[in-house]
Amino acid sequence: MTALLLRDLKLSIRAGGGALIGILFFMTVVAVIPFGVGPDLNLLSRIGPAIVWIGALLAALLGLDRMFQADRDDGSLDLLLMQEHPLVLTVLVKCLAHWLANVLPLVIASPLLGLFMNMSEVAIGAVMLTLLVGSPALTFIGAVGAAVSVTLPRGGLLVSILVLPLCIPVLIFGVSAAYAAVEDPAPFLPPFLILTAITMFFAVLGPAGAALALRNAGD
Amino acid sequence: MRLNAENLSAHRGEDLIFSNISFNLTAGEALLLTGPNGSGKSTLLKVVAGLMRPASGRVFWQAEPAETGLPVREVCHYLGHRNAMKPELSVAENLGFWRAFLCDRPGGTGLSIGEAAAAVELEAILHLPFGYLSAGQQRRMAFAKLLVAHRPVWLLDEPTAALDVAAEALFARLIRDHLGRGGLVVAATHQPLDLVAAHRLEMKGFQYAETGEDFA
Repeated sequence: MTALLLRDLKLSIRAGGGALIGILFFMTVVAVIPFGVGPDLNLLSRIGPAIVWIGALLAALLGLDRMFQADRDDGSLDLLLMQEHPLVLTVLVKCLAHWLANVLPLVIASPLLGLFMNMSEVAIGAVMLTLLVGSPALTFIGAVGAAVSVTLPRGGLLVSILVLPLCIPVLIFGVSAAYAAVEDPAPFLPPFLILTAITMFFAVLGPAGAALALRNAGD
Repeated sequence: MRLNAENLSAHRGEDLIFSNISFNLTAGEALLLTGPNGSGKSTLLKVVAGLMRPASGRVFWQAEPAETGLPVREVCHYLGHRNAMKPELSVAENLGFWRAFLCDRPGGTGLSIGEAAAAVELEAILHLPFGYLSAGQQRRMAFAKLLVAHRPVWLLDEPTAALDVAAEALFARLIRDHLGRGGLVVAATHQPLDLVAAHRLEMKGFQYAETGEDFA
């Protein structure tokens, strides 16, 4: 299983791996917002956490379709399905590798983009923390979409559309926790704990659903 | 050790591809599937490998009590049309990954990466990215994958595609070695492979004319 994790990480940083595409997209989206909204610093810092979260959400959806399709194209997926390791575990490891390579860089880049949006230190820290806790849920949900559409040759946009509705709760609680950290009356912990719960819930349900879809994808 | 298939049938979409195929292989035996393109050889291999669900029938594996009842897919190596190797990684990385991921079955004899590459006579190019190799070299390296972890059953789909005559002889020898150690082989191939004790299964495919449909 460690071998699978290492292989997927290596593949994502080699040529054509696409680990940088997501982060470039994230930077592009957030960097153009101030130009579009105008130089109103108060407005920017007010919408900042939401914009950074939306950018990260869309960027995280970007590379999802390749999660299983790359393995299917060269026949590796057949062999991954045949082993005695529980398929759920294999899928979980692939999700972890995908998150480490494609989504963790977004979390790390978010403070820089927070500066673009004139966010305070507390807001930047809160956005980074909520992204760190909430973004694995996006990967686990996305794994189900990626597995369902694995046999479709151009499944990219379809995956995003399939999983977007399920990602909305993550966005809602992520953003409300980030706002709660800066706006005084609202408590930070309740939305943050719900966000944690969503991630843990999908950490169980996502790989199980994806494994079921892969088993039945036979073509 | 015994691999049994009973009354297998498979559909692809609405079309019946084959029906009521049964076979019974014991240690050291090979089954060669022949027949025209589209007659269902690959589909039969996928059904045995557990990658496609049969429309009827079942495949099962019998061995020592501990292994009986294992899903057939877990005792099989499957070499399909595609090589299951990543072009971006070096050959050694590819083989090393499969060696670690496939794991030997208990009592198995998986070779090291170097030994496996030497067995397909390509030990000099382990450091190259897999994508740099020629089609024939890629096929040989995909075959080396069968040697790094032990599985009693080999399911081979056109193993000798893109190979020259010398490499075909090499594959035939490796397959005979595997049979000699008590392994089982099911291969879809048009090469004779020089196997002495091989069963043959001629797949005919379904002729549309037989169903009485008139396409004229």
